[in-house]
Amino acid sequence: MNERFSTTLEGTADAAARSTPPAVARRLRGLSDRAIAWIFISPTIILLLAINIFPLCWAIYLSFTNYRANRPNSEVEGVGLRNFERVLTDGDTWLAMQATAHFVFWTIVLQTLIGFTLAYLIDRKFRGHAFWTTVILIPMMLSPAVVGNFWRFLYQPQIGLFNYIVSFFTGVEPSSFQMLGDVTLAPWAIIIVDTWMWTPYVMLICLAGLRSIPDYIYEAAEVDRASPWRQFWSITIPMALPFIMLAVLFRGIENFKMFDMVVLLTGGGPGSTTELASITLKREAFESWRTGRASAFAIILFVAVFGLANIYVKALNRVKQR
Amino acid sequence: MSTTAHSVVSPGRLSKSIAGAVVIIYALVTMIPLAWILLTSFKSPPDSISYPPKVIFEPTAEGYCNLFTTRSRQTDEYIESLGPPQGICDEITRKRNMVIVGESNYWPRFMNSLIIGFGSTVLAVFLGTLAAYGFSRFRVPLADDLLFFILSTRMMPPIAVAIPIYLMYRELGLSDTAMGMILLYTAVNVSLAVWLLKGFIDEIPREYEEAAMIDGYSRMQAFFKVVLPQATTGIAATAIFCLIFAWNEYAFAVLLTSGEAQTAPPFIPTIIGEGGQDWPAVAAGTTIFLVPILVFTILLRKQLLRGITFGAVRK
Repeated sequence: MNERFSTTLEGTADAAARSTPPAVARRLRGLSDRAIAWIFISPTIILLLAINIFPLCWAIYLSFTNYRANRPNSEVEGVGLRNFERVLTDGDTWLAMQATAHFVFWTIVLQTLIGFTLAYLIDRKFRGHAFWTTVILIPMMLSPAVVGNFWRFLYQPQIGLFNYIVSFFTGVEPSSFQMLGDVTLAPWAIIIVDTWMWTPYVMLICLAGLRSIPDYIYEAAEVDRASPWRQFWSITIPMALPFIMLAVLFRGIENFKMFDMVVLLTGGGPGSTTELASITLKREAFESWRTGRASAFAIILFVAVFGLANIYVKALNRVKQR
Repeated sequence: MSTTAHSVVSPGRLSKSIAGAVVIIYALVTMIPLAWILLTSFKSPPDSISYPPKVIFEPTAEGYCNLFTTRSRQTDEYIESLGPPQGICDEITRKRNMVIVGESNYWPRFMNSLIIGFGSTVLAVFLGTLAAYGFSRFRVPLADDLLFFILSTRMMPPIAVAIPIYLMYRELGLSDTAMGMILLYTAVNVSLAVWLLKGFIDEIPREYEEAAMIDGYSRMQAFFKVVLPQATTGIAATAIFCLIFAWNEYAFAVLLTSGEAQTAPPFIPTIIGEGGQDWPAVAAGTTIFLVPILVFTILLRKQLLRGITFGAVRK
């Protein structure tokens, strides 16, 4: 189809060339804009169709079957909606959802509070702020898996640095608590590592928000003798809010999908206290090999993220318009 | 949160120093885990697990030696019967009553990370630039829907994508191949690349190309000679993001590669010595793996900053 477009258009180009100045004619004799548009866009679309859409459709198909990837030769039967029903009525699913919600909620709260505070302080533009901003950024550039793996060492009771530092400041015996082995502490262990890694990201977006506030607004407030406290709550916060909300959205989506760092830190344990949705999914798909059921779970997760993100974006746009 | 808000117009000197002090303390505290990785990589295994944790110790290359070699335990007589040790690693290993029997898989895994990282980055940026230009300059039917679709593919949990990809790659013989991983990472990255690059190209005025075309350039020539040079900063920023993603990725790598094409992130946690994880060796592997990204972050911080805030604010 592309070729046909270009040939017909080249025909017109030749006709036009006879009656137009040479420079314009030379331009028209090349590929038509339309052909170029398709040549430029189609490789990306084809790649995404092959590696994103086709597999997605396949996963949707599988979710209605009893297929098991470890038995490729056994007969595949359609099971209707049974996979979805099983996933939604399974207690493990809801435990995983609860663990995920706890993780997403607290990482967002901590990262937003710390990230915004840091951005606000960096925006004071003290001497050397550019250098220290770069230093703060470093954790978010690193591999969550590789660094998460090392945090397992830092969290070792007795020999680990984390327990030692905590005991140094609080006097608690370092071997008296296990960050990764205790059911109440483990969910916080993963929240601490994620906050350590991703606060810089929230900080950066908040910083962009703070820098987008024009100085003249503060100048006007100054003229009106608004107190710094008042300026902060009626200028800084409302004007930076769309940016803060964006940061929350990105961190929310990312942490809903969280897999690598947590699987290496706790593997979902102890018990299933840190078993986030992605870890349950991995267990179903690649350890129990219930491919059909895992696909159903994957689709439920995708719809949930997609739906929540869309609702959130609507709210965000309303804030932006104000 | 800070409650003493000062005017941005002229932050007082005191507020500046307090702000600076807090930020610097935060930065230093977040560096502790990384400093600890570096220190541990130069410790001997007993030093690495001592209590209290040792900050001052005798540095040794044992972690790095263990990272790159495989060793086996031998009797004293056998070790004495060998000739003089060849190289520092040989010496260190013999002190532990062991001999080096071969090379470990770390180096091949690291090379895989390089090949897959750079391969997918080049491909994603190439495809992304073309598509971004197409979306930016031409009226494409359903352009908004296509762009939204391209972006929404990033919302899938990686494990959810991995199930069908695993089956598809098994059928196509792409399992555990560098080609398969390059294609997969390209597909994941191209969505971000198109999105970022469209923003950068939108910023280049159309008039430049139109002027070039009036001067006799074809559209293609105008693209290569006018638009591309203008977009280099944007392309560089995008390339860094693609590279960082591919370099750090774990979920796909651990599920879809097991040997030949395995990258470093799934390999590093599997480094074990006698009686559990060999932490100095793990720390050494981690250090070597993190250094390229650290250098990148510091050298290209401006493009990085621009890319992060730009990408975020546009979405």
